[in-house]
Amino acid sequence: MFDLTGKTALVTGASGGIGGEIARALHGAGATVALSGTREGPLEELAAALGERAHVVPCDLSDAAAVDALPKRASEAMGGLGILVNNAGITRDGLFMRMSDEDWQQVLDVNLTATMRLCRASLRGMMKARWGRIVNVGSVVGSIGNPGQANYAAAKAGLSGLTKSIAHEVAPRGVTANMVAPGFITTAMTDKLTEDQRAGLLERVPTGRMGEAREVAGAVLYLASPEAAYVTGATLHVNGGMAML
Amino acid sequence: MSDIADRVKKIVVEHLGVEEDKVGNSASFIDDLGADSLDTVELVMAFEEEFGIEIPDDAAENIQTFGDAVKFIEDAQ
Repeated sequence: MFDLTGKTALVTGASGGIGGEIARALHGAGATVALSGTREGPLEELAAALGERAHVVPCDLSDAAAVDALPKRASEAMGGLGILVNNAGITRDGLFMRMSDEDWQQVLDVNLTATMRLCRASLRGMMKARWGRIVNVGSVVGSIGNPGQANYAAAKAGLSGLTKSIAHEVAPRGVTANMVAPGFITTAMTDKLTEDQRAGLLERVPTGRMGEAREVAGAVLYLASPEAAYVTGATLHVNGGMAML
Repeated sequence: MSDIADRVKKIVVEHLGVEEDKVGNSASFIDDLGADSLDTVELVMAFEEEFGIEIPDDAAENIQTFGDAVKFIEDAQ
């Protein structure tokens, strides 16, 4: 099941924990992948580990011109672009009353505006091919909010409206647009939590554990697959039950 | 009919699945040829590719008929 042989996928934030697993999952299903991120070293390492059908296309998502050009670069490297996974994201946490314009803007630029640009620039080829998959990685906090993350939650909630609107517009052309919304996932970022912080978080998760990056990747793989052709505008929550939406 | 008009007509006929004789100069893509707004975006994309030109969004909005398209492309060549 979930055979992506002959498909081409661009994954942003592929140097991170979740993005790396997404790239592995898509590649493992037979797709050719283009790995994007700001840190070239980890991208090259991942590409080397994957072997054939893996390309590295570094990009700074805060650079609008570079973002606009990324889908074309990926498409040229892979010979097409059928699957776009917008996984990259940054946080600039802080209490909302003290949040600077800069922290607000940076998070919106990378998490929401860059995704919009990548979707826009990728759709041309998908429309022509009459096949395409956009999977935007959101967050549970986009639905339920989180203290200290007003900017991040706003950006992720914005992705939801963006994804659904795109889904409406391109559905007649065989292109779907969906979201995967992770909850607490084990990554380098969450490894920095103290034991107390971790225990506090887990009290809110019925499953009683953090999620694994590959569990997010599995959801992305499904939505990218031919089997998910009739699923569009949806959000697949991968959060251990912490928010049953 | 010019070579450009012939090529534009071919694209319109293929893309919208209409009879060639329906595609007159004043034929509106949406009102006369059954295109929806997504079709018009795709037609402009197809013209750009066929003729190797860029059609800016504000110009694309003014391309409503077959004649509009031919004229824009002739001017752009």
